[in-house]
Amino acid sequence: MSAPASGAGFALRQALRHGRHLLAENPLSLVAFVMMVSFLGLALLGQWIVPFDPLASDATAQLQAPSRVHWFGTDQVGRDILSRVVVATRLDLAISASAVVLSFAAGSVAGACAGFYGGWLERITSRVVDTIMAFPLFVLAMGIIVAVGTTLTNIIITIAVINFPSYARMARAEVNVRREAGYVEAARLAGNSPGRILALHVYPNCLPPLIVQASMNMGWAMLSVAGLSFIGLGVRPPTPEWGIMVSEGAAFMISGEWWAAFFPGLALMLAVLTFNLLGDALRDLVDPRRRT
Amino acid sequence: MSGPLLAVREARKRFPVRGTRRWVHAVDGVNFTIEAGECLGLVGESGCGKSTLVRLVARLLEPTAGQILLDGQEIGSVPVTEFARGPLRAAIQMVFQDPADSLNPRFTAFDTIADPLARLGGVKDRRTQAERVAAVADLVRLPDELLGRLPHQLSGGQQQRVGIARAIALSPKLLILDEPTSALDVSVQAVILHLLVELRERLGMTYLFVSHDLNLVRLISDRVLVMYSGVIVESGPAGEVFTHPYHPYTRALISAIPVADPGGRRERIRLIGEPQSPVDPRPTVCRFYGRCPERFDRCLREMPALRAMGTSHEVACHRYEGGSR
Repeated sequence: MSAPASGAGFALRQALRHGRHLLAENPLSLVAFVMMVSFLGLALLGQWIVPFDPLASDATAQLQAPSRVHWFGTDQVGRDILSRVVVATRLDLAISASAVVLSFAAGSVAGACAGFYGGWLERITSRVVDTIMAFPLFVLAMGIIVAVGTTLTNIIITIAVINFPSYARMARAEVNVRREAGYVEAARLAGNSPGRILALHVYPNCLPPLIVQASMNMGWAMLSVAGLSFIGLGVRPPTPEWGIMVSEGAAFMISGEWWAAFFPGLALMLAVLTFNLLGDALRDLVDPRRRT
Repeated sequence: MSGPLLAVREARKRFPVRGTRRWVHAVDGVNFTIEAGECLGLVGESGCGKSTLVRLVARLLEPTAGQILLDGQEIGSVPVTEFARGPLRAAIQMVFQDPADSLNPRFTAFDTIADPLARLGGVKDRRTQAERVAAVADLVRLPDELLGRLPHQLSGGQQQRVGIARAIALSPKLLILDEPTSALDVSVQAVILHLLVELRERLGMTYLFVSHDLNLVRLISDRVLVMYSGVIVESGPAGEVFTHPYHPYTRALISAIPVADPGGRRERIRLIGEPQSPVDPRPTVCRFYGRCPERFDRCLREMPALRAMGTSHEVACHRYEGGSR
């Protein structure tokens, strides 16, 4: 044997080949992938490629319609909407991604432990989940923000909290069906401790549906961030953020200045769509049974 | 050492019935021994408690009562998780019925075989692991190039070879085979069975072979236990049990073996009537009463115990009181 058959290089090559195969099989995945890369590119480089300073107001150019200079038009204080939409990408993505990572980690681990060990751990987790689910989630988020104050950290934690139940429930259900699987008994025979069985044998096999959930959830988290900002409980103006921009622009819709709310809204819609499409693509990618 | 390799004494396992205060008596006072080097067959219909019994012996389940002795040492009272860390874990291993279900879908064949080596054998160094895994793969004739594959990339026979390799990686004293061929194609069954027979000779292992396929058991076992509804109804040397069965249940089972003899006249004993529920069975009634063609009133008053019917043949039936037909 030249190299250990399960080396990291081998697995990586296999994953890459598999990824190419899937992209060819489902062109929509390719669209989603390209869109996600563009959004990531904008998030990383946006502030250096925009034509105008997103915060600089210009009293001579208020509420101008889209033109060759201002592609997306200007807002009520003369700021360039294109620049603001692009620069806002980083903040919106960062807040939702942190919230999703946080609730994914906490929810899946708590749910997996509850499903695997049962007993008081399962009872406590279930009660917490039920309690959170008893509230209309967005109203709960509003309540938490009002109580703890609108800082960036609080917004992230709040959105993580309202997403916690979906991960916890799903992880618990996925672990439950695998708890008695043959390979779990076999792992016990091979001398694995319960913690090790959960961490190495059960939990990784529960990941595919959770990852799909996370990607779908990412879009929903972005809507929550924008929603909180829209009602004034999220990011503070004048920071460029899609929710705030839609909120500010909405006032001018009636008078015909549609662009101030339309473009940030479009960006938000496209971002949510991207992550939903990506969820489907990811499901195929992480499911080992679809690997050929 | 003169005693048996494994002795099971009055082993019992009950499971609660959800939502009630009743119990399923899956294994109800079972006694048997396995001598070192022999192959003991365990037969019985599905749901009779075979799988529960072998999981008690394999220390995957806690017995409700009774003793399990390995080389004279009591292991039945050691908690399952503690046993998994103990030095005797490597001595009892198991091959599962469904190879697809018993292999972790995210572990390559290599990782699966290396798992017991690393956890119980202390082989953590990657290079030594590779050597040991290659040696075991060679024993079960699993080609080296398949070691990097995931379970779904292997055929059923190859999957089961991985399962066997994992079980024998640490040369267990007792290997439990829980219907190891019943999920495989017929052509593959024979190959795997030959492999198992050969491995037993080469490695000097002791087998506890569970099956509902009587022909297989007859082929591979030295001794046979017949189980019905949580109790053992007959035990003895394989040849004798198959040629001179005593218990009505064993006789019915054996009469149901298909034979390739279209002209031969054989009497098929058909079992009619309702089997007794394993939920809180009445302790004074023979478990086979409801379906037994030879039942009489004593079978309702007293549960028959195993009685010797010769040197090593035992049967639990009131019909054979006094040791003869």
